[in-house]
Amino acid sequence: MKLRILFFAGLREQLGTPGEEIELPPDITTVAGLRSHLKARGGPYETAFADKSLVRIAVNQELVSLTTPVKAGDEVAFFPPVTGG
Amino acid sequence: MKISVQREHFDLGVEVANLSKDASVGAVASFVGVVRDVPMTLEHYAGMTEREIARIVEEAASRWKILDATVIHRYGELKPTEQIVLVVVASAHRGDAFAACEFIMDYLKTRAPFWKKEHRPEGARWVEAKSSDDQAAERWEIRQGAVKP
Repeated sequence: MKLRILFFAGLREQLGTPGEEIELPPDITTVAGLRSHLKARGGPYETAFADKSLVRIAVNQELVSLTTPVKAGDEVAFFPPVTGG
Repeated sequence: MKISVQREHFDLGVEVANLSKDASVGAVASFVGVVRDVPMTLEHYAGMTEREIARIVEEAASRWKILDATVIHRYGELKPTEQIVLVVVASAHRGDAFAACEFIMDYLKTRAPFWKKEHRPEGARWVEAKSSDDQAAERWEIRQGAVKP
């Protein structure tokens, strides 16, 4: 299953990339699964995804919870709590 | 409804005048956010930003009787005293206009995907989200934590 992941702001800098196309193992079906999959890469990923309260997630440009399903073709964005306004 | 995410400066007078043209409008409330103290760079999530702001304006329209609304948010490099954000709400009466304007601003601060990086003499740093902003939004029973750990 292929989907697009994006990183923003401090998370993008920490991981050194604005995002990537990713091929997911078939057993990953939710946002929580994707998050764990990325965290398991270790290094900066391990650090960036360690604290759940510091990462917000949007699927197809809408804020979601960890139980939200992911499917092929989705755009999944990870970012820190927002600070606009 | 007008939503714009832009690099350019905006003109409050022009935007208020644009929302005052209909004879049914009796009140126009506006809020302007301004850069304080340090220069900053604003990053945003193009596409989602516009959609998220549209969602909040629609939510405001479902709670108060508003006739029209304009939200402009800038991104890129901004210096102290420069305007960052504008919310203008037109309504028949001031109560709805004031409340909807404040609601849109509170919601925007906790949900619209913008991030500020401050450029201080000692170096650049990302601004951390404030719990007071979450509390401001919670007054309206909305929380940034759409992600439940």
